[in-house]
Amino acid sequence: MHPPLLQLAGITKQFPGCLANDDVDLTVERNQIHALLGENGAGKSTLVKIIYGVMRPDAGMMIWQGEQVVIQNPAHARRLGIGMVFQHFSLFEALTVVENIALGLNDAKDRVGLYGRIVEVSRSYGLPVDPDRRVHDLSVGERQRIEVVRCLLQNPKLLIMDEPTSVLTPQEVELLFATLRRLAAEGCSILYISHKLEEVRALCQAATVMRLGRVVAHCTPSEKTARELASIMISAELKPASERRAVPAVGKPRLVLDRLSLPATSEFGTSLQSISVSVAGGEILGIAGVAGNGQGELMAALSGETLAGRPEMVIIDTVPAGHMGPRERRRLGGCFVPEERNGHGAATTMSLSQNGFLSAHRRAALVRLGVIDQRRTRAFADSVIRRFDVRTTGATAVAQSLSGGNLQKFLVGREVLLDPAVLVISQPTWGLDAGAALAIHESIIALAAAGAAVVIISQDLDEIFLLSDRIAVIAAGRLSEPIPVGEASLERIGLLMGGVSAAPADTVHA
Amino acid sequence: MLSLQPRGYVSTLWSWGSPILALVLTALVSGGIFALMGHPPVLTVYTFLVSPLFAPDGLAALAVKAAPLVMMGVGLSLAYRANIWNIGTEGQFTLGAIAAGGLALALPDAPGWTLFPAMIAAGIVGGALWALVVAWLRTSFNANEILTSLMLTYVAQYLLVYLVTGPWRDPRGFGFPQTAMFSDAAAGPRLVEGSNLHLGLVLAPVIAAAAWLVLEKTVLGFQLQVLGQAPRAARFAGFNENRLIWLAMAISGGLAGLAGMFEVTGTQGQLTTTSSPGYGFTAIIVAFLGRLNPLGVVPAGLLLALTYLGGDAAQIELGMSNAITGIFQGILLFCLLGADVLILHQPRWRPRHLTKSSPVPGAGT
Amino acid sequence: MTTILVNLLVSVMAAATPLLLAAVGELVVERVAVLNLGVEGMMLVGAIAGFATAHETGNLVLALCAALAAGMLLSSVFALLTLTLQANQTATGLALTIFGRGFSALVGAGYVGIAAPTLPHLHIPVLSDLPVLGPVLFGYDPLVYLALASLVAVAWFLARTHAGLIMRAVGDQHDAAHVLGYKVIRIRYLAVLFGGAMAGIAGAYMSLAYTPLWAQDMIAGRGWVALALVTFAAWRPFWLLIGAWLFGGIMYLSLYVQGLGVPVPSAFLSALPYIGTIVVLVLISRDRRRIALHRPAMLGRAFNATG
Repeated sequence: MHPPLLQLAGITKQFPGCLANDDVDLTVERNQIHALLGENGAGKSTLVKIIYGVMRPDAGMMIWQGEQVVIQNPAHARRLGIGMVFQHFSLFEALTVVENIALGLNDAKDRVGLYGRIVEVSRSYGLPVDPDRRVHDLSVGERQRIEVVRCLLQNPKLLIMDEPTSVLTPQEVELLFATLRRLAAEGCSILYISHKLEEVRALCQAATVMRLGRVVAHCTPSEKTARELASIMISAELKPASERRAVPAVGKPRLVLDRLSLPATSEFGTSLQSISVSVAGGEILGIAGVAGNGQGELMAALSGETLAGRPEMVIIDTVPAGHMGPRERRRLGGCFVPEERNGHGAATTMSLSQNGFLSAHRRAALVRLGVIDQRRTRAFADSVIRRFDVRTTGATAVAQSLSGGNLQKFLVGREVLLDPAVLVISQPTWGLDAGAALAIHESIIALAAAGAAVVIISQDLDEIFLLSDRIAVIAAGRLSEPIPVGEASLERIGLLMGGVSAAPADTVHA
Repeated sequence: MLSLQPRGYVSTLWSWGSPILALVLTALVSGGIFALMGHPPVLTVYTFLVSPLFAPDGLAALAVKAAPLVMMGVGLSLAYRANIWNIGTEGQFTLGAIAAGGLALALPDAPGWTLFPAMIAAGIVGGALWALVVAWLRTSFNANEILTSLMLTYVAQYLLVYLVTGPWRDPRGFGFPQTAMFSDAAAGPRLVEGSNLHLGLVLAPVIAAAAWLVLEKTVLGFQLQVLGQAPRAARFAGFNENRLIWLAMAISGGLAGLAGMFEVTGTQGQLTTTSSPGYGFTAIIVAFLGRLNPLGVVPAGLLLALTYLGGDAAQIELGMSNAITGIFQGILLFCLLGADVLILHQPRWRPRHLTKSSPVPGAGT
Repeated sequence: MTTILVNLLVSVMAAATPLLLAAVGELVVERVAVLNLGVEGMMLVGAIAGFATAHETGNLVLALCAALAAGMLLSSVFALLTLTLQANQTATGLALTIFGRGFSALVGAGYVGIAAPTLPHLHIPVLSDLPVLGPVLFGYDPLVYLALASLVAVAWFLARTHAGLIMRAVGDQHDAAHVLGYKVIRIRYLAVLFGGAMAGIAGAYMSLAYTPLWAQDMIAGRGWVALALVTFAAWRPFWLLIGAWLFGGIMYLSLYVQGLGVPVPSAFLSALPYIGTIVVLVLISRDRRRIALHRPAMLGRAFNATG
């Protein structure tokens, strides 16, 4: 019997104000696909960064192939045979695929004949990449393939994958799973980090579950239901999400897009092509899509940061608003929560009171004769904090002192409190823990119930299916015809999502 | 092994303590340089920083030197808060001087109560227009305002030289590159009869207070702050970035022009090729030393004014070149930028054997 | 006619050289996404260091080394403040210029109006004596050839070597480079020091070959023009040469036309290079597409190493 491939014992890591890993044990066998499960903030990323040598543990030890090691840095980890595909890719936009891969290989002898080896590996593992293309031209799925090929070129014995499927279409996920199964069978174990329970049940032979920095269980995923796994992860009886009756769109249309078209605003952006859709009061429209297909551009077009060619392209409560900027659109009742909390939705170095002002100064009448009414502004922020359970020291707290979840609660609450006619929210729960995500979802549902038209732009299909009355897909700047959620299947949506980034478009040079 | 840990908050103590620390460090470093040059360090630093205060009319001279610096510094503090890097205040100062001076030369017989306000307006407009060229180039063509404002400084200087040696040269000036003296009416009201304590001395702190109110209390001030700290959030809020650029340049340029106007009417009384003693760049230091806060600019302006007087004092009393003023100012800015690290970071002393490259305790071996 | 043409070409090349030297240095700095606005200050200290050393020792090689060292020393202050102490790059670059002006004025006070050894022009037997081609190709002082050689070397280094690839990567995504294990701060230090060295030599060229003497503020804004050059070239080495010739040409022409006694006020002609810089900057900046395509993505962004 061979010893296990990797054994971690007693790994502990402390950050200021947070014990990320608390006496963690983990064992990965050979030829095994091992899941590392846990919610956002459970400590999974920290643990694998320790395995990969990006940081050192404060205590604990690591045994690799039967021998104790102290991993000095990622290059050392790679020499030992450990490869890692990060959740956020370490890719260089302006450089070609070959150059990107070369940068991941520190040893000059690894780079000999690189071009040919890339072609060979990508072909033999079914991961088509074109070595000469620049990364900024590639889709997210293609970029992930570069990361995987880069790892495979070094003949790893353990491949760590951190949330790999959050950016893939369902079809791309199947392709990835096929590759991973093959790798495991051929002698490269996989450490698979995810919070997607159905995927883990389908793919992984063993699982280690973490919560709040500690290991709470080891199990075999296929022997448990998704619900059981979830309750181990959160350790609370799962409150069923508020039941949503699929409301047919009978209310007045409150947001209408009429052939909205916009040229790309930047060199690497996506142009919007003739987007038409109508959202009624009380309805939630979910717009699904893989990153990079125009979501950001659509958000900017809706919020008024980018002006549309014709006023009628964006109509809020029957008023043509395409030519209006954000301030005027807010006056009509448009409210927006952009994808990026830090720097876009909120000014990180400013207080919550000031951040409230950013959005509310018109609709909540926070200005008199050009002078800011400090008392009313403060009161507004206070009421957001109170009503939306934002954990913070107060309205004077600086935005960056809040956790992601609390800041998002504030940003969503800021908009909801303005009694919007239309709410457009992008990636509502990205990177949030379960509690905050639930709170955000409930706010959105309540808002729709009160009669607002809600548009959710999200990469998370679970979220889209959970909340939406109708689902549309954005791909390459085009919006598909919305489908009632009852008629939408994961496969159909997945196909629409993958519309442009389907594999056959990639060719490999001979 | 010294390391810097982020504090996670802005230290108010060091926000105001860092300029003081910088001043102390500057005195030390400058003392060292003076010693290397063969001058007794303590005496030189004393002559430079302290003796001008005790000279006869020392405080008056200080105020007169500080007034234009404060005006320009206030304008820059607003622009820099918005991340609009107007580096061309030297040129805007010159244009304000040219505009006001030109008016004075054109109307030598006009009475003071009409001429002087007109000159104030001309100074502001001259400086503002020169700055608005930069704003136009930035908003219409996306041209970097640092380079364009700087280039315009050189152009402004050549414009002044042309006017003073050509069309505006004093016909009775024996061919010297200077204009005729302005009329007494152009000199404007004095705080003390017969002195050169001009109206600018009163206006400067008033302007500083007004600018502080705008920055902290009004929507415009808030928009400038957001633009500087989170430009995407400013767009999200619907703040018009282009409009803010125009305004910030107009304000900072106008104030620089106003400073130029007071300098040539209040102290010099004519236009020459050296109408600006390099105040434009010093104003940049004043703005930073004042923490980009209009109220802080006042003491900062006084300090930098002191360095000018100190340079002259060192020249007269110790025979040194008054170029040490420039060095002192440069070192002051360096030390300030260095000391500012303490606002956001905490220095920690970590004994060498616990740094990253060493084995982790408990990891075996 | 040919003499005028030859003189033009030779003079433009000479005028372009300090711009090229400084711009090549700044290009490397900006490719790793650092913006050093202190080029003017570094050129000034290089000019005075080179001049003073040449005058005191008579040894031109030593003088060039002194200029190089002076530029590097000043740039190391910039690196310490911005890379280690995380100070604002714009403010620090300006501080460098202000300090450089003050320092060079102070030290240079004793060297105004004094002569120093100047850089000799190359003389290759036969080749340098050729009509037209001789002076145009083979008659320059060593620094002109150094400028061209450094341009080629930097271009090759960035495009073809692994180390150059690493630098380009750092400028593109410094977080990704850090994650991959590259020492971002160290690489930036090296780049900044290189930029300082080149600026120092550029300054020495002015005081030892071009003018050649010392006067306060003699760089007269060329450092800023060099900065504009890097943007003009959209961070591509070959275009630096085109830009340097263009700006150098404008500078030379303004002097030449003044010498002709044309009835245009000399102040206007002297202002021409600066107006020309603005015009060129405007024309370049309008092409946002090209700039976005080539601009190092991390330029202007703070780097915080975590974890």
